[in-house]
Order: sequence, then C-alpha cells, then structure tokens
Amino acid sequence: MNNDIIINIQQLVKRFPIGKGEFTALKGITTSFRKGEFAGLIGPSGSGKTTLLNIIGSLDMPSEGEVTVLDVSVGSLTAKQAALLRKEKLGFIFQSYNLLQVHTVFENVEFPLLLLHYNASERKKMVMEALDWVGLTDKAQSKPSQLSGGECQRVAIARAMVKKPVLVLADEPTANLDATNSHTILRTMEKLNKELQTTFIFATHDEKVISYLHRKVFLDDGYIVKDEWVKND
Amino acid sequence: MRIAIQLALRNLLGAGLRTWLNAIVLSFSFVAIIWMQGLMVGWDYQAKRDMQEWEIGKGQYWHALYDPYDALSLENSHAVLPNQLQLMADKHSAVPILITPATMYPNGRMLHVHLRGIPSDQTLLNIPTQVLDTVLTDALPIVIGSSMARSAGLKKGSRTMIQWRDSKGTFDAVEAEVVDLFVSNVPSIDAGQVWMELTKLQALTGLPHHATIVSLQDTEQLPNTLGDFVLKQQSDLTKEIDEMIQTKSAGQSVFYIVLLLLAMLAIFDTQILSIFRRQKEIGTYIALGYTRQQVVGLFTIEGAMYAVLAAFVALLYGIPFFIWQSKVGFTIPMETSDFGMAIAPVMYPVYSVGLIVSTTLIVFVTTTIVSYLPARRIAKMNPTDALRGKIQ
Ligand SMILES: Nc1ncnc2c1ncn2[C@@H]1O[C@H](COP(=O)(O)OP(=O)(O)OP(=O)(O)O)[C@@H](O)[C@H]1O
Ligand SMILES: [Mg+2]
Repeated sequence: MNNDIIINIQQLVKRFPIGKGEFTALKGITTSFRKGEFAGLIGPSGSGKTTLLNIIGSLDMPSEGEVTVLDVSVGSLTAKQAALLRKEKLGFIFQSYNLLQVHTVFENVEFPLLLLHYNASERKKMVMEALDWVGLTDKAQSKPSQLSGGECQRVAIARAMVKKPVLVLADEPTANLDATNSHTILRTMEKLNKELQTTFIFATHDEKVISYLHRKVFLDDGYIVKDEWVKND
Repeated sequence: MRIAIQLALRNLLGAGLRTWLNAIVLSFSFVAIIWMQGLMVGWDYQAKRDMQEWEIGKGQYWHALYDPYDALSLENSHAVLPNQLQLMADKHSAVPILITPATMYPNGRMLHVHLRGIPSDQTLLNIPTQVLDTVLTDALPIVIGSSMARSAGLKKGSRTMIQWRDSKGTFDAVEAEVVDLFVSNVPSIDAGQVWMELTKLQALTGLPHHATIVSLQDTEQLPNTLGDFVLKQQSDLTKEIDEMIQTKSAGQSVFYIVLLLLAMLAIFDTQILSIFRRQKEIGTYIALGYTRQQVVGLFTIEGAMYAVLAAFVALLYGIPFFIWQSKVGFTIPMETSDFGMAIAPVMYPVYSVGLIVSTTLIVFVTTTIVSYLPARRIAKMNPTDALRGKIQ
C-alpha cells in the first residue's frame, strides 16, 4: 500500500517573514496522499490551504520538515528541478483561471505540451482530446475574453489535464463560478480522476466542492484538525 | 528558444496597438539612422568623384615645394615638366597645370587670384578648357567657376584686367575676357581660380614647359618621384574629405543616440509596465513549468522582437523612401561654400548592405539590452506572490 503514496508530508512548518518578525502559516503538518485520491484541504480563510498546496506544487519551500512529492524532496529542489517537476508531473488550476489572455483556447491548452516538446500533430491531437473532456472543442479558436467564467475554468482544467499529469492541484476552482458551472467542472474532474487515475487535491471552503470529495483534510490556523475519508458509493 | 520566440511573438501580436506603436517609433530610428548614414556615404562618394573628375584625376604629381595652403610657395614651386610626364601629357593621360599668383581688377575692385594654366585640349578634367582656344584679338580668353564669377561680379563675356609678375619679378598686365563659366562642386578649382591656356601662361610668366602640378589619368607604375615632382595618390588627396565626413558623422551620432534613446525609452517603459501588469501571467508560466530565468528570457525576447517588427515596419516605408531619396537626392539646407571642399547642393544617399546590416544589428542589440534590464526583476520574484499578482 505504501508504494501508492505520492505525497508524504512530515512535520511541515512554513513561516513567512512579515516586517521584522515572522508569521507561521503551517505549524507542523504531517499527512500523506495516495495515487488517485480526490482530496480536499478544507478550512477557513487564512488557515493555510493555499500555502500547503503551493509547497506540494513546489512553488514554495518548506521552512521546516520534509515534503516528498513523487519521490523527490521539495525542500532540496533547485529552481530548475522544481520547474521540471511541475512541467512533467503537475497540473495547476487557479481560482481566477490564469489563462493567457492573448492566446486562443487551443494555444492555452497547448502550452504545457510546447514545454514538453511534443510535435505539432501530437499537440493538436492531445489538445483536442483535452478540450473534448471539458466539452469545449467548438471554442478552440476563441480568446479567453470571449468565454464565460465556467468555460474559462474548463479551459484551465483542460490545460492542467492535457499532459495527463500524475497530480492536479486546484486552489478554489469554483470560487468564481455559479452553482451550475461549479457542478459541471466538478463532474468533469471527477470523471478524469476515475478514467485517468489522476490525483486531485483541492483547497476550498465551497460546500459544492466538499460534497464531491472522497477525502476531507480540515485545516485550521496552520494545523490539521480533522482528516476524514468518505466511503465510495 | 524556438518555443520562447513563438510565445513571444504570440504575446506581442496579441498585445496589438501598443506593440505596433513601439515598433513604429523604433522604425523611425531605423529609417532615420540609415538615411543619414546613407547621406554621409553618398556625400563622401560624391565629393571624391567630383574631386576626381574636376581636379585630381586618379592622382597628381606635385612640385616638391608646392603647398596649397601657402600662396607664397607658388613663386618657387614649379619646374620644367620631366620627359615622361610631357609624353603622357601629349597623349592626354596627364594634365600639367601651372599656377601663378595674380591680381584681378573686376569692376574696379582688387582681387588676389591664382592663374591656372591648363592645356586646352585636355580631356581628363571636366573644366571646359576647349573654349580657351577662342581667338580674341584684344583679350586673353579665361574660364572661371560660377562661385568665382559671383564673388567677382563677372559674367560670360565680362572683361577684366589681370596683373602678375613674371619670372624676373617684373609686373605685367593683360585684359582678359570670360569666355565660359563652369559649375562645379569643387571649391578649390573655382573660388579665386582663373583658368587659361597653359602655353599662354607659360609665355606670360616666362616659364616655358613649367608646371606646378600634374593631374593623372592613372598612377599605376609611376615612380614616387619624377624629377622635382612627387606623386600624390588619390587617397592622399581625398583624405580631408574622409576626415570631414568623419567629423560630421560623429556630430550626427548624437542625433542617432537621441533617436535610439527615444525608441528605447518606449520599449523600456513597456517592459516595466508588462512586468507589473503581467505578474499573474508570470506566475502561471512558472506554475506550468518555466523557470524564472526562462521567463526572463521570454520577456527579453519579446522586447528584442520589437526590433524585428520595427525592421519590418521600416521596410514598408523605408525602402520606397530610400529609393526615392537616392533618385531625387537631398537638397542641403545650407550654403555649400561654407564647407571648404567639394560638396554638392544636392546629395544622393548611397545605401550599402553593410550599412543596413550594421544598423539593424545595433538597433537589435540595444533593444535586447533594454528589454533584458527590466526583465531581470522577474528572476527575483516569488512565484507564489506573482501568482497572486501582489508584488508592488
Ligand atoms: N507570502 C506571504 N507572506 C506573508 N504571509 C503570508 C504569505 N502567504 C500567506 N500568508 C499568510 O499565511 C496564512 C495562510 O494563508 P493561505 O493563503 O495559505 O490561506 P488560505 O487558507 O488559502 O486562505 P483563503 O481561503 O483566504 O485563500 C494567512 O494568514 C496569510 O496571511
Ligand atoms: Mg487560499
């Protein structure tokens, strides 16, 4: 069972410098995630959800403790190695979509494949497949500014998923969406989780998201206060 | 690198108007620099050609004592033409010229001039010497340049008294008639110069077969000294033009720098603005697997690409403009006699491939540097701060 573990966190502490002092956002987190999980970090604003997600995503470094993601220790990665990890293995979904505004939908989804040096025909095939997952094949040539919020987030999901990453990190993906759109993208992600065995970790306090999760990790004030598995089916 | 170029181009074209404004501003610098440099090259080329055609041929022999800046040297700086040069003169491949100081009294004024004797049948130089053979019973036929005519108040057909001293120091005088005027851009054969037939001047001064300088059709296989005469290559004689053009170019480079600076300021400003406005985008690139250094590279390429776009924009209106200019020429908005040497009132710019390539390179390199400097800040950004767009 242990070899299924793709994220292992031991005694993680994260401190931010604030003026002359410091602020401790994570105060000793120990947990792990297995391949294929559909898990969420849940907690009030300021509880440290984004901070934890960023460290798992190697966008930020632990101050103390050990974080291992896909067999590499995040704390010891160089910027280049961290970029490689993100490029090859991780997908990100953001609250505000973070699409490249001047690029078309197709180009946005194509971006991670460009970085991975896929050739043009492979890229085209993979992008169209990803757009098919999120139901946006007909919007391939649109610009993000021409799409609704829900459509933008679906593009972001396609972009995160197109390279079939091992792990997708989604920070408040539904915060800017209405209920209908939220359910659509959640069902999409649930489907991809099942079909591709992609691990999803959310940071959220949205009840709609929480209702889809198979595992709920509750954070408060930098601590894990509860860790709950939901029985499947 | 290829991906970065592709992305940079997408970003630039996506940015639309701002991109094209920068490209257009930069293209002005491009076109102006090439145009002005071309003017300098054209000027240099034209001045040298005029000098060759009107004064020096492919080179000259000078009497060893001849000094064009010392009028007094003329008294002694002449000698009998060596045989070899005489033979060449007979075959029209050399033009001996005798120079004697004289005084002219046009319209009651007194002017110090140089009498220049030149064979009337010479064909090497553009001076209209054939008319010096005009037969006048009571006057000496002379030819002068238009600027000399203006300053002396003489016209074609005007008569004036000319006085000189012969080889024994005796004053003598003769009435001369202007049988023709010529228009030349070479001041040294025009201002203060009075042209007459060589043998007549030799007779008047009592210096048969003497010459001061000899213009040559060709200098190949000619000895460095021939009797009292010393060979001057064309490049030695036109050195002053190069020097003057260089001084002028140096003066103009201030103008280039200002032009470039303006364009660079626009690009610098755009870069700074982008880096602040596009923080989330920068964070996104990093989240998707770019290193910060790669993002710096991307932004630098974006900036450098302004030079490429500017080159294209410059092509659009620059090429027709350059072609038109090299045909019509550029009329210099100043008195050309202010320059003590050959300068045409209309200059035809010459655009060489080297000029265009070197200018493009300079603009490209400066643009790249100016784009890189602000982009370096990205390397110091914290990716998570960038993603939130919170950097101040
Ligand atoms: N770069 C930083 N510098 C200083 N303090 C920070 C920084 N990033 C986060 N914090 C602090 O750490 C704490 C946790 O922040 P975090 O963004 O992880 O919260 P969150 O749980 O994601 O909240 P929200 O639900 O509002 O997104 C907050 O108090 C925040 O102010
Ligand atoms: Mg958060």
